[in-house]
Amino acid sequence: MPEINVIEAVRQAMYEEMTRDPEVFLIGEDVGKRGGVFLASEGFLETFGPDRVIDAPLAEDSIAGVSIGAAMRGMRPIAEMQFADFVWPAVNQIIGEAARVHYGTNGQVNVPLVIRSPYGGGVRGGLYHSQSPEAYFAHTPGLKVICPATPYDAKGLLKSAIRDNDPVVFFEHKRTYRAVKGEVPEEEYFLPIGKGEIKKNGAHLSIITYGLMLHYCLEVAEILLSEGIDIEVLDLRTLRPLDQELIVSSVKKTGRAIIVHEDTKALGVGAEVSAIIAEQAFDFLDAPVLRIAGPEVPAMPFATSLEDIFMPNTERIIQAVTQTMAY
Amino acid sequence: MANKRIAKSNKLNGSDLTNEDLLDAYSTMVLLQALDKRIWIMNRQGKAAIVASSQGHEAAQLGSFWALKHHSVNPWFFPYYRDLGIYLAAGINPAELMIGYMAKKGEPLSGARQFPLHGADLSKRIINQSNVVATQVPHAVGSALASKIRGEQIVSITYFGDGASSEGDVHEAMNFASIHKLPVIFLCENNKYAISVPQKLQMAVDDISLRASGYGMPSDVVDGTDFLQVYNATVEAAQRALDGDGPTLIEAKLERFLPHTSDDDDTRYREPEELQLAKQSSDPVAKFKEFLILNKIMTKEQSAQIDERAKAEVNNATNIAESAGQPDGDDFYEHVYATKVE
Ligand SMILES: Cc1ncc(C[n+]2csc(CCOP(=O)(O)OP(=O)(O)O)c2C)c(N)n1
Ligand SMILES: [Mg+2]
Repeated sequence: MPEINVIEAVRQAMYEEMTRDPEVFLIGEDVGKRGGVFLASEGFLETFGPDRVIDAPLAEDSIAGVSIGAAMRGMRPIAEMQFADFVWPAVNQIIGEAARVHYGTNGQVNVPLVIRSPYGGGVRGGLYHSQSPEAYFAHTPGLKVICPATPYDAKGLLKSAIRDNDPVVFFEHKRTYRAVKGEVPEEEYFLPIGKGEIKKNGAHLSIITYGLMLHYCLEVAEILLSEGIDIEVLDLRTLRPLDQELIVSSVKKTGRAIIVHEDTKALGVGAEVSAIIAEQAFDFLDAPVLRIAGPEVPAMPFATSLEDIFMPNTERIIQAVTQTMAY
Repeated sequence: MANKRIAKSNKLNGSDLTNEDLLDAYSTMVLLQALDKRIWIMNRQGKAAIVASSQGHEAAQLGSFWALKHHSVNPWFFPYYRDLGIYLAAGINPAELMIGYMAKKGEPLSGARQFPLHGADLSKRIINQSNVVATQVPHAVGSALASKIRGEQIVSITYFGDGASSEGDVHEAMNFASIHKLPVIFLCENNKYAISVPQKLQMAVDDISLRASGYGMPSDVVDGTDFLQVYNATVEAAQRALDGDGPTLIEAKLERFLPHTSDDDDTRYREPEELQLAKQSSDPVAKFKEFLILNKIMTKEQSAQIDERAKAEVNNATNIAESAGQPDGDDFYEHVYATKVE
């Protein structure tokens, strides 16, 4: 199997789906001649033409709103928000409109739209190029929210998202774009939305995570295995709908849980996961559930030293594991 | 290319419509007015939770509808909450509409999940998802984009108020539509108020249509209380759209006869004299009637018959809606997602 990185996986998924289905089109800032600021659509304009690879004016609200209108008519737009930090002008259309169309029309109209966006920090992006806004969207019934961590997952889930009949918000961690490589089969495949995956089996403790943090958690699991701690690493992959079954079965098996994410802690994904554990696996717990997450400041600062304070890292995760195991 | 050109209006009535078409449109207008008045009463009786009246807006809604009916095959409509006329003209019957205002079982647009007139009727090609003012405007542009990508000869039209025209949604949508020369019509029903805020506190221009030039888009200002003016302006805009020459902004100037909604008290901000004058000089139904009678397109007897028919139809609709039950909630959790996750 060829080894590719995450951005190439994203590119392949879009390319294959646009080749297959003339109703799929791409719209966003700089997606045309420039091929996207991260080159996710390199060469698309030449292949698919300006009607299906649309360089949008700098106006995120209408990138979303126009895409919704086209999707209401049955087209399958992929709308790229250049950075997740700039999705806010479009939130009215994504959360206010797209999420509610199917319910609000009593099932008559649906919005087969994918909003793709690079997110996350650790790239010297400062307050406005590092944000992790996934929880805002994941709070919204009617949306599906996906945060893949590997090339294999990114490609298989993006292809599923494009064929899905609902609005899907698809967050791609910028740090994984070129840093994370992995094998991807040459033949076509799809991954199910709403299903997590055990990325490493373990017996002593479950770490539940997603996005870039998956790779930190896998590193921790490997380090601690040599010390006799056998960690299970669960990659959520989809945040809405959450794979509750997988979370609960993993924690029932290990009796201990830590949730790790880069987004800030309070009222976030970790809070939801720990509530699910409390509701459905309380009797199986041997220790309190811990959350390792971004600190309660508005966003990630710019300087390397300040960024380091913000980002969860392997040391912090190891510390949490030690604390949980010692309980 | 478009199959229907504008027939030069060599007829007495000043349009390419036949006199029968005009009588048909007038009958719908009378029915619209009667229905609207009854709905307001239903609200005052505590039977309809909220109403945004179309009174004063009839000609803008029906004139533009008739234009698309005659000049575009399968147009798509993205109206707003005041556009009862669009729904009625499209063929949703008064009983179903009344059921919507009473939020009863069998409501066709949203299953009574939404405020009246919100939701969709795909068989009539109407989508009006939201109460969030102006959000439908980019949707219409997206619909026009879909038509362009597919190479379909279809016009999309969206309706919004003067207040909505200040929203970013409208500006972004107009800009996008103009760049790509999309087959869409923006029809602004300018009643000079956004709830209580008068136009001069909403914008520094007299004509909203002026904004079109900022996007490189043609525009038209019409007397929105004159059916044929709106009709002809919309025909021209539809032709432009079908010829591949892009969008048009039509500003229909008109008056809102009632408070913003049934929850509003317009005596707090509108002089009674101003309103009285507006009703006298700008009643679309009275104007249309006078025109038809003056031009001998309709007799007084025909007019009386039309009134009677409308009254009977509204009575019938009211009875049906009153006897309908409440939504039972069996499908409360349905249609959150179109593709279910196993
Ligand atoms: C985004 C948004 N802001 C505020 C409101 C509350 N609101 C509903 S209608 C309205 C006034 C709209 O005026 P206009 O667009 O002129 O339409 P009209 O009701 O006069 O026909 C306001 C402020 C809303 N529904 N949506
Ligand atoms: Mg107004």
